[in-house]
Amino acid sequence: MARYVLINSVRGVLTILAVSFIVFSLARLTGDPLDVLAPVDMSREDEQALREQWGLDKSLPEQYRSFIANALRGDFGPSFLYPTETAGGIIADRLPASIRLGMVATLLVVTIGIPLGILSAVKRGSPADRIAKGLALFGQSVPEFWLAIMLIWLIAVPWKFIPTSGIGSWSSYILPSFVIAIFGIAALLRLFRSAMLETLGSEYIKLARLKGVSEFWVIMKHALKPASIGPLTFFGGVAVRMLTGATVVEIVFSWPGVGFLAFEAANARDFPVVQALALFTATVIVVMNLLVDVTYAYLDPRVRLGQRSLA
Amino acid sequence: MPFGRLFSGSGRESPTASSEQAVGTAEGRRRWFPWLRTRSDKVPWIPICIIVFLLLLPALLADVITVHDPLRGVLADRLTPPAWIEGGSWTYPLGTDKLGRDILTRIIYGARISLTVASLTILVGASVGTTLGLMAGYFGGWIDRVVSWLIDTFLSLPIVLLALVIVAAIGPSFITIVTIIAITMWAYFARQVRGDTLAVRESEYVARSKVAGSRPWRILLRHVLPNVANTLIVLATLQVGVVILSESSLSFIGAGIPRPNPSWGVMVADGRDQVLIAWWISLFPGLAILLVVLSLNLLGDWLRDFLDPKMRQRR
Repeated sequence: MARYVLINSVRGVLTILAVSFIVFSLARLTGDPLDVLAPVDMSREDEQALREQWGLDKSLPEQYRSFIANALRGDFGPSFLYPTETAGGIIADRLPASIRLGMVATLLVVTIGIPLGILSAVKRGSPADRIAKGLALFGQSVPEFWLAIMLIWLIAVPWKFIPTSGIGSWSSYILPSFVIAIFGIAALLRLFRSAMLETLGSEYIKLARLKGVSEFWVIMKHALKPASIGPLTFFGGVAVRMLTGATVVEIVFSWPGVGFLAFEAANARDFPVVQALALFTATVIVVMNLLVDVTYAYLDPRVRLGQRSLA
Repeated sequence: MPFGRLFSGSGRESPTASSEQAVGTAEGRRRWFPWLRTRSDKVPWIPICIIVFLLLLPALLADVITVHDPLRGVLADRLTPPAWIEGGSWTYPLGTDKLGRDILTRIIYGARISLTVASLTILVGASVGTTLGLMAGYFGGWIDRVVSWLIDTFLSLPIVLLALVIVAAIGPSFITIVTIIAITMWAYFARQVRGDTLAVRESEYVARSKVAGSRPWRILLRHVLPNVANTLIVLATLQVGVVILSESSLSFIGAGIPRPNPSWGVMVADGRDQVLIAWWISLFPGLAILLVVLSLNLLGDWLRDFLDPKMRQRR
């Protein structure tokens, strides 16, 4: 198990390095940052000074090395837009709002998606199943940004107690967290539904029923436990998609989190902030995938013994 | 019951009405229409119609079937509501935006953008992904380790943020968005093809072909590729929906198709501030995205069952 964790951690670190390389190349190879950032009427000497100050006069490999070295210390340099603050500091300021929203959304996903998936499998073919399948289809297909605008128009504006934007009391969490959660609810519903249908049809479930185990415990214990392992492998993908959705939703609701910050920074061409955010998000995704892999290996010994490939 | 009909693609529980009626007609149908010859023989006609009439035809015939200019409007007619609402007129069936541009015309031209972006990214993604997936799955060893790691890496890329990085550097453009989406698209294809190839590699016919002395590329093209083709078609169908959602999301936040081009995402963004007084600007393009992606998902699910009974999901 320790070996498995170690190998996957090394892979994760390599992945983050590769992502940092992609982010860096995109940043540098698509143009000279100074073309965009330096005022048009800046003198040659001033421009040269700025170039040296930001380390843009060095060779690309050298720039990349110092970018990595600084990034490891959490230092992404000063924000171009707010020169008195560091990119890292600005992100840290905005992070709590995003985390709180993300936690509420995850809570919704788990408490709505999983029970509905189970219900849908147990009552297969019933009206409840049809509604659940419809919800899953809708959640997979709806563009979050549009749903957010429509909910503002149809719910937030007529019902005055729900704010249309920004962060405030608990009611300001309702709409953004629901819109972020809709894709995750759909995904978990589908995954749990098909996993439950598979286990419910298996021999040991029949045995449990023959032994006289009550239907409730057959479902909750004998079927649900093995059925929850399979969907776990997809959590990484669902989480990535929800992060993407969260960025867009934060923008629509002007939520003061990191997603909205990325949008503001990109529009202001505040390069260090966008760069740091891209790297930060990639790291979150890699760590999340690592946790999923390790949990999966813990639950299913075949994986860590190398008999079954995760991808 | 239209709601039930919409799900006909996945409604395997109910036996088809036709097979319960005159056996002769049902059999005749099966004989003359071989694509109906599966257990799930309800072809999802409604989703197919939506894809044809909301995506394919508008994209191909945009200049023939529209009368208005998608980019330049009549300022005097700005914010005209849809035709069936007081103040609307059939000149602009779905109303106009704040610059007096016809919403319907822009939705039709938007289909062209969605379809172009989807075709390009999926073409690139599927060819690169299939090649790498085949190689990784068939040869194994270090090739497999490198490709698998690349798949993991590219699937961990936060594409919205990457798009914002590029936008901060050089601004939005058509090429940028195609590149950004294709960068992650190949990984989905590679992952799928790699998994399928691993399974096919162990099969009897591949072993016999090896014994017969076939070279690896011949085995890959003649025996492995045809066997992974079905899942490729399913994945490509489903990914068209994913691309349309990604493209419109990126365009919505200003990191995709640049204005004034009528991408559906840009159109929703255009109406965002006026949703209270002119809801039609945002509503209809978003509805177009929803309906097209929903139909693609239904079609993809149906194709999965239709093309490969082994992969049939329990529903």
